[in-house]
Amino acid sequence: MADMLDVRDLKIGATAYPPGEPPKDIKIVHGVSFTLEKGKVLGLIGESGAGKSTIGLAALAYGRGGVRITGGEVLLDGENILDLPASGIRDIRGRRVCYVAQSAAAAFNPAHRLGDQVIEAAVRHGVMSRSEAWERAKYLFRVLGLPDPDSFGRRYPHQVSGGQLQRAMTAMALCPGPELIVFDEPTTALDVTTQIDVLAAIKRAIEETHTAALYITHDLAVVAQISDDIMVLRHGNMVEYGSVQQIIEAPEEDYTRELVSVTESLKQEAPEQSEALLRISGVDASYAGDFKVLHDVSVHLPRGQTLAVVGESGSGKSTLARVITGLLPPSKGDVTFNGTVLPPKFADRNKEQLRQVQMLYQMADTAMNPRQTVRDIIGRPLTFYFGLRGAEKTRRVTELLDQIEMGTGFIDRYPAELSGGQKQRVCIARALAAEPEVILCDEPTSALDPLVAAGILKLLLRLQKESDLSYLFITHDIATVRAISDSIAVMYQGRVVRFGPKSKVLAPPFDDYTDLLLKSVPEMRLGWLEEVLATRRMGSAGH
Amino acid sequence: MKWRAIPLSAWIGLAGIAAALFCAIFAPLIAPYGEREVVGDIWLPIGGEFLLGTDNLGRDLLSRLIYGAQTTIFVALAATVLSFSLGVMLSFTAAVVGGWTDQGLSRLNDLMMSIPTLIFALIVLAVLPQELWILILVMAVLDSTRVFRLGRAVAVDITVMEFVEAARLRGEGRLWIIFREILPNTLSPLLAEFGLRFAFAVLFLSTLSFLGLGIQPPEADWGGIVKDNKDGIIFGIPAALIPGAAIAGLAICVNLVVDWLLNRTASLKGGRGDG
Amino acid sequence: MVQDSGPAEKGRQPQGSLAAGLSGPPPANDGGAPKPGGAGLSGLRHRMPLATLLIQRLGLSALLLLAVSVVVFLGIEALPGDFAQTYLGQSATPQAVANIRAELGLDRPAVTRYFEWLGGVVQGDFGNSWASGNSVTEQIGLRLGNTLFLAFWAALVSVPLAVGLGMLAVHFRNRWPDRLINVVSLGAISLPEFFVGYILILFVAVQGGWVTFPSTVYADMPFGQRLEAIILPCATLVLVVLAHMMRMTRAAILNVMSSPYIETAELKGLDTLRIIARHAAPNAVAPIITVVALNLAYLVVGVVVVEVVFVYPGMGQYMVDAVTVRDMPVVQACGLIFAAVYILLNMSADILSILANPRLRHPR
Repeated sequence: MADMLDVRDLKIGATAYPPGEPPKDIKIVHGVSFTLEKGKVLGLIGESGAGKSTIGLAALAYGRGGVRITGGEVLLDGENILDLPASGIRDIRGRRVCYVAQSAAAAFNPAHRLGDQVIEAAVRHGVMSRSEAWERAKYLFRVLGLPDPDSFGRRYPHQVSGGQLQRAMTAMALCPGPELIVFDEPTTALDVTTQIDVLAAIKRAIEETHTAALYITHDLAVVAQISDDIMVLRHGNMVEYGSVQQIIEAPEEDYTRELVSVTESLKQEAPEQSEALLRISGVDASYAGDFKVLHDVSVHLPRGQTLAVVGESGSGKSTLARVITGLLPPSKGDVTFNGTVLPPKFADRNKEQLRQVQMLYQMADTAMNPRQTVRDIIGRPLTFYFGLRGAEKTRRVTELLDQIEMGTGFIDRYPAELSGGQKQRVCIARALAAEPEVILCDEPTSALDPLVAAGILKLLLRLQKESDLSYLFITHDIATVRAISDSIAVMYQGRVVRFGPKSKVLAPPFDDYTDLLLKSVPEMRLGWLEEVLATRRMGSAGH
Repeated sequence: MKWRAIPLSAWIGLAGIAAALFCAIFAPLIAPYGEREVVGDIWLPIGGEFLLGTDNLGRDLLSRLIYGAQTTIFVALAATVLSFSLGVMLSFTAAVVGGWTDQGLSRLNDLMMSIPTLIFALIVLAVLPQELWILILVMAVLDSTRVFRLGRAVAVDITVMEFVEAARLRGEGRLWIIFREILPNTLSPLLAEFGLRFAFAVLFLSTLSFLGLGIQPPEADWGGIVKDNKDGIIFGIPAALIPGAAIAGLAICVNLVVDWLLNRTASLKGGRGDG
Repeated sequence: MVQDSGPAEKGRQPQGSLAAGLSGPPPANDGGAPKPGGAGLSGLRHRMPLATLLIQRLGLSALLLLAVSVVVFLGIEALPGDFAQTYLGQSATPQAVANIRAELGLDRPAVTRYFEWLGGVVQGDFGNSWASGNSVTEQIGLRLGNTLFLAFWAALVSVPLAVGLGMLAVHFRNRWPDRLINVVSLGAISLPEFFVGYILILFVAVQGGWVTFPSTVYADMPFGQRLEAIILPCATLVLVVLAHMMRMTRAAILNVMSSPYIETAELKGLDTLRIIARHAAPNAVAPIITVVALNLAYLVVGVVVVEVVFVYPGMGQYMVDAVTVRDMPVVQACGLIFAAVYILLNMSADILSILANPRLRHPR
């Protein structure tokens, strides 16, 4: 079959504005080539900064921000769209090539109904009449599994949920019957139980309409379910390009191998788990008013071990962290540390109590003061808790930098000069500086690329062994849970539905929610999606 | 900081401000005549013996203008510094303490802002005796409401960042959090706002003086000089326009510098903040 | 005069959209069941958020007006010093001070006087002027109309111009028309009203001879003549307000144009006109209305200086004259009315923004 999309030696550049310096030109994509046949799906995979979104947008001859296509050709059915005049490009967009953005909530205009926006491109490009388009929209809503397909189009964006919006966006892309759709990380922002529904819906829709697709993501397991071919990108270069079987089962390049095997490291479960260092008993908590967020939560964390608290958004896991640190006093129950009940409000705790429980945050960017150097950030707890100053402080900071595998050259850098992984490491050093007993990790790796995240997890495990630290690790990612925990607590809507040693929690028989959760995590093998859909008993939670 | 990165407009602004400050500080040294000295005939034209002509009583307009710079700038600066300190202190406290303190201060602020500044000033000045320090105090208190609103918005933006929470959980006191965590991150917008407040103070003071309620004679700020000479306009005498132009000029210069400050990307990830 | 209220003029998007470029922001909830409308007041607020908000705003404004009346009237009592003394000046004898206090009624308790005054105000009676002894209400009746007339025409000219120029500046963003507009408006907001006024008088009236000065209007003046008389004061007002309003509308439109749904519209291949008209405009309405209302509120105050410059018989002139001689009934009446108009305009801006918000017009 003839190639529908033929990208040859694509080069993309941009203008960077480094602070305090004149703007300079940088290259983002360095000559990438690939082809796509009609009805096939190509997965573009890579970490952030790999250039995958940029390449996807190039298929629409579009550059976001100051990004420009500087070389190469993008041939759509043999015609180079980069040479077209503005009117020609506008003709292609929305008619022959459509785009599904990462954040559907932001991409829809809050002032208009969903249906109007879904059919807009088809009608404006003259592909079909308004009534025909409306009928097609209803058909697509049905195929994509949206509730009340006939009346769904009359709703406004703020009236429907995130997963529904993502599917509406897919409908919007499919409506004009394009030749190619570019999916830009469509399920990244969704809960894992929703993701599986949306993924299935997308796959079904693509198959029924024989549309070709570029599927961009950083999650190899997801892309393995949906693509025919995969291209691995890194720093704007193609690392490997082949069929999905070959990439997943027999990767050739080292980098690809790393990506494929990233979730395989497992921690050996600790044997003795009854004596608790940190105990949460019967905790109820509410936010302003009577809106109860936690219901009778009881878990405990033994010394030197990791308790993983896993749940999706709205499960209350972050609230639990706030209760433990004393930011949100519980309305019932208490938090005991080392045998003593901690005062419910952090303002009532003394320095020692505050020192012993430290916290790691999800977004390392906002967890550090941008106007302080690494020395200040790590050094402050040293001064505040132990009175270290001057040369002594510097010596200890250097020691800590060593522990987090960063050199002394970083000591005078500002957070803005560090990479994502480095920032999180500095936050870890800051937590270590207080010499705590417990570190509360609130999704510290969720915002990081998979390889970087794996590095951070390895570091945390090593530090745990060296310093006998205890972790309460909050996450929504099952793979991470398998890799680092000794015991697990599964939370759903403010309650602990399952708690115990890892081996017991992850073994059947399961309660309904844990069952759903575990089944929804994409596995890095072909055909997983079909299996799950076939064995689906429970309807999607919160469709 | 790269000097070349500063645009021409900002340079012009800085130059203008510098010139005005120079006049203000060294007024007695550079003014050719005394502030109240009658040197010639009424409303002599520009050029000739007196560079800017004479005013409605025959005083040298240039000298009046230079002394006026002193009065205008010092009063406006005093009022701005006062209003800024008050506004920033109250707003940061409200943002950090939260709860009823925040609610109370914000409601009070809203109430004061619901009366237009000029009207409020007119009412208050109708009652109080006409002293310089009262004038400065009135200007400062009224203007602090605007500073409060901005300061609170900026502080709240920072307060919700996790590093402030991390500092709180460490056990840091309120003063540390305000001065070492929040303040350094708000310098850019605050500095720009200071500039805007100063420009406003200059214009506001001039307006009050023009209406006869600001600086009282024989001292004169630029607004007062306009008031003295306004009757000449009907006769085609442009003397009143000269102090007016000085006011406008200073305000423009300050606005140019503020515009430049606002244009520098003050992103939170900017680290040193010189980007 | 520099605008002293209203949103910051920064049209640039706040930098550092932290989630951009990082994979895996916090997962969004897909539990799509809408919250049930409970019984009672909180349920009401849920089922009819629009109506509740509107009533709240109206109530709040009424309360604010009442609070302002207290401030305007009783504020005098709270200020330091003896008012009667200040009224007569330093050299007054104690006997004179006592006499004036009795004459002005200042010896009676403040709260009593407040309620008397408030009662009068509600019936439309603002008392009598201390300077002339005439009815304040009568004067206000004549002058308020004049002021509103002036303000109305200034608004009529400046609002469309401001919105139009703002759109133009956005369309030519960062090219020379935008830069020119930016520079000129920067200059304009730095000019004091009296400066603009006197320039216009000097060059248009005195030297050009096209318009007469001062701008006298009187009752029963023919409409055309009245319009002609206010040309210069109107132009002065327009010039200053226009600059502020235009900068703010430009910022508001830019803000909307950088939204993600505009990018989506572009990627659907829609033409620029449709994007602006159908996607940007509906979302820009609320911020633009806010901008316009804020500036109109300012207009009503800027009118004070303009009236003094042009010796125009309006409320502004009235109030300034009264302040100079400490004629309190007049000052209080004018202060209250100005504040009321200000509050009314701000409330309208609030309400219109609420109405323009689709989340409130179509609740879940």
